[in-house]
Amino acid sequence: MWQESVNVLVYERLKMPQGEKLSDALNFFIYDTVKILFLLTTIIFAVTLLRSYFSTEKVREYLSRRNEYTGNVLAALFGIITPFCSCSAIPLFLGFLQARIPLGVTFSYLISAPLNNEIAIAMLLSMFGWKVAALYIGFGLLVAIIGGIVIGHLGLEKEILIEVKPIDGELSVDEQKIAFNTRLKDAYDYTLDILRKIWLYVLIGVCAGAFIHGYVPTELITSIAGGDNPFAVPLATLLGVPMYSNAAGVMPLIEVLTSKGMLMGTALSFMMAITALSLPEAMILKRIMSLKLITIFFGTVTLGIIGVGYLFNIIL
Amino acid sequence: MKIEILGTGCSKCKALEEATKQAVSQSSQFAQIEKVEDIMKIMEYGVMSTPALVIDGKVVSTGKVLSVHEIAELIKANRV
Repeated sequence: MWQESVNVLVYERLKMPQGEKLSDALNFFIYDTVKILFLLTTIIFAVTLLRSYFSTEKVREYLSRRNEYTGNVLAALFGIITPFCSCSAIPLFLGFLQARIPLGVTFSYLISAPLNNEIAIAMLLSMFGWKVAALYIGFGLLVAIIGGIVIGHLGLEKEILIEVKPIDGELSVDEQKIAFNTRLKDAYDYTLDILRKIWLYVLIGVCAGAFIHGYVPTELITSIAGGDNPFAVPLATLLGVPMYSNAAGVMPLIEVLTSKGMLMGTALSFMMAITALSLPEAMILKRIMSLKLITIFFGTVTLGIIGVGYLFNIIL
Repeated sequence: MKIEILGTGCSKCKALEEATKQAVSQSSQFAQIEKVEDIMKIMEYGVMSTPALVIDGKVVSTGKVLSVHEIAELIKANRV
């Protein structure tokens, strides 16, 4: 329905000829920008509102009573529903260890939380639909669970540079009573805040996407990111790691690339690498853990993501 | 009254500090404001999402930049 309105605007009101590169690119740009911004606003608002009911303090209290493997699974799951910002990575990490949560379980959470951030989920839902979003979340959980278990079994506790004193006795969580109206207002403020930060990236991403959509031949993309290139997955993953803050801008590009022949597994790897691993987070974690542990952390996750990409390309 | 702002130095923590200063200057409450950046001290409060606001040793908010009005309300509610 929205596509038809844009068609009317571009082809009839603006009298641009249908089938020409410029008018197709413009049509795509208007269609995509409005669609993405509308869905982003709705989804981020809903996710934020839902998340206000789960606090990391409650999750910690709950996880501290689980054993290792159940803990890994639950930690990865909690990573979806709790809010995460890389500036809280340190207090979160130390807080988990303080509560005697095993290192591997802590890492499962630390991998899952940024991977399943609200912007990534909202972008995936709005551009690829719920199936791809579900696959992304599912495989993301898998990487977080396995990555956490692997790191947990390497005996790396001594690589943490700060001595963590375990909390004595039981953890108690003081519930902060928040009225529903306040939650709504908080979610609204937060959504506006995020939109203010990412709208420009979305616009640039869609612009670049519209350009590719209209001008770059499909054969070119198929030859680089299609099934014939066995190195497409690792390449996409390595490219994705340094691109954290621009997740919102990169996703519209990927949408176009997949429609032009990029394999979905390669696209998933790319998106996961963008969200899961970020250099700013590494810099922050450097204050509390050794370079060796950070390298192992990034290495494990990178390998996991590459594995997911190949697996997915083979299945589909 | 002693108000502490817990945060490792991200932009959100600075925003909360500014809002707190404003809220205090607008209220009739005498308050000492302190920014806590030492991670071990933050951990002692059991806070895991920064920025957090502590009034007289009690954690009143975590993981959120409060508005000046919200902080003023908290100051009022925790007045001795």
